[in-house]
Amino acid sequence: MCGVLLAAPERRKRFEVRRSGASRVDRPIQPVGAIGMPGLYRDQGVVLRTVKLGEADRILTILTQNHGKIRAVAKGVRKTHSKFGARLEPTSNVALQLYLGRDLDVLTQCETIESNRALREGYGLLTHAIPMLEAVDHLTQDREPVPAIYRMLTGALRTLANRRSALVTPAFFWKLLALEGYEPRINACARCETPAAELPLFSFDLQEGGGLCRGCAMGGGRQLSVEAFDLLSRILSGGLNDALDEAPSPASHDVEKLALAAMEHHLERRLKSASLI
Amino acid sequence: MASYEGSVQRLIDEFGRLPGIGPKSAQRIAFHLLKLPKEDAHRLADVIVEVKAKVVWCKRCFNIAESDLCSYCADERREAHLVCVVEEPKDIVAIERTAEYRGKYHVLQGAISPIEGIGPEQLRVRELITRISGEGITEVIIATNPNIEGEATAMYLANLLKPAGLVVSRIASGLPVGGDLEYADEVTLGRAMSGRREL
Ligand SMILES: [Zn+2]
Ligand SMILES: [Zn+2]
Repeated sequence: MCGVLLAAPERRKRFEVRRSGASRVDRPIQPVGAIGMPGLYRDQGVVLRTVKLGEADRILTILTQNHGKIRAVAKGVRKTHSKFGARLEPTSNVALQLYLGRDLDVLTQCETIESNRALREGYGLLTHAIPMLEAVDHLTQDREPVPAIYRMLTGALRTLANRRSALVTPAFFWKLLALEGYEPRINACARCETPAAELPLFSFDLQEGGGLCRGCAMGGGRQLSVEAFDLLSRILSGGLNDALDEAPSPASHDVEKLALAAMEHHLERRLKSASLI
Repeated sequence: MASYEGSVQRLIDEFGRLPGIGPKSAQRIAFHLLKLPKEDAHRLADVIVEVKAKVVWCKRCFNIAESDLCSYCADERREAHLVCVVEEPKDIVAIERTAEYRGKYHVLQGAISPIEGIGPEQLRVRELITRISGEGITEVIIATNPNIEGEATAMYLANLLKPAGLVVSRIASGLPVGGDLEYADEVTLGRAMSGRREL
């Protein structure tokens, strides 16, 4: 009865059909006719976190593509012979079949779409991947569809696994903040509006949401180097791909720290997982 | 929620604080105890008192012990150059059941959890390092759980210990013995492939 829903190529197609149903996104959860049982639905999602439950179960927090963030019980997942096997670790992107519950759904089947195994087999990769999951967990509401965030998250995890750059996480944070309507202003001083081309920016102020010139900064904000402002501006304007190939530098380090601070400022809480970066 | 008379409610509250026990189960256990013969209940109470009085953490490996050293650390016949690192004392019991291992142990008392922000400094890692230099340990087997926390811990320890010239290995992950290949999940099967060994 276990994990194998359908043979691989066929299965992929089945999920794509559901993905292309554009109007689904706005509709409330409803039973999927194809399965023919009320309360049963299918989706795909990234496992954000897992918490042990009872003897052998786990509660999973999953950001799904079409049903938003859900919490589901995976029964017996901690047993070594579980039908779910190792598919449900954080960072995994999986195809799911679930029973709709009041608070917790119940996972009945799952299949790997992208295991992102590499992320869990490198300490540095994992400590950069988990803060992305934590930020998404805090930013999203239960059962509120956010397909754009799902798309961004799967993309960011894939990029981190392939390119192994410490800039993926900060870039993801800035993109996530932009989606939330928080776009940092770095082409001009956020206070006196003098263009950065005329008067270089000196520091970044989280409250103002942008860079400040030396005069306006008056020792406030986080001081950033010219190189860091340049890197930030390249990341924000679509130049991430090239930046990912560059070796870590003091500027990239500053941009990383600033992105984390901006995310924590926006969330009004600390990201626990960021303490291990 | 309505509550019960003094001591009954206190009992329910105490059980409710135990891991994995919700208010309903706490109530069920409390009422089960109320129905027990006095001597059965006393036996339970006594053993709780006894365990708290007698049991301590082994000074060397942080397993549970009834004196300074646990039975494994005190056992001179076990190979002293070899240490197996586990998350919890119960993992020692699981490994001992295999009767395959004759070295010493070290209990981390947890695992690195990026999600919870639990780092190596909250575990018995520093103590492990001290032991390695002090006890002539040359080989470390990392037997943390094959989940995200256990893997993170294993990677961290490997990064830390390998440069020191120790032989560091990780217990193998793979297919459960007696199972069918076709039912294995992709992650487990992938690990089994990459961790294959020559015959
Ligand atoms: Zn200014
Ligand atoms: Zn001991």
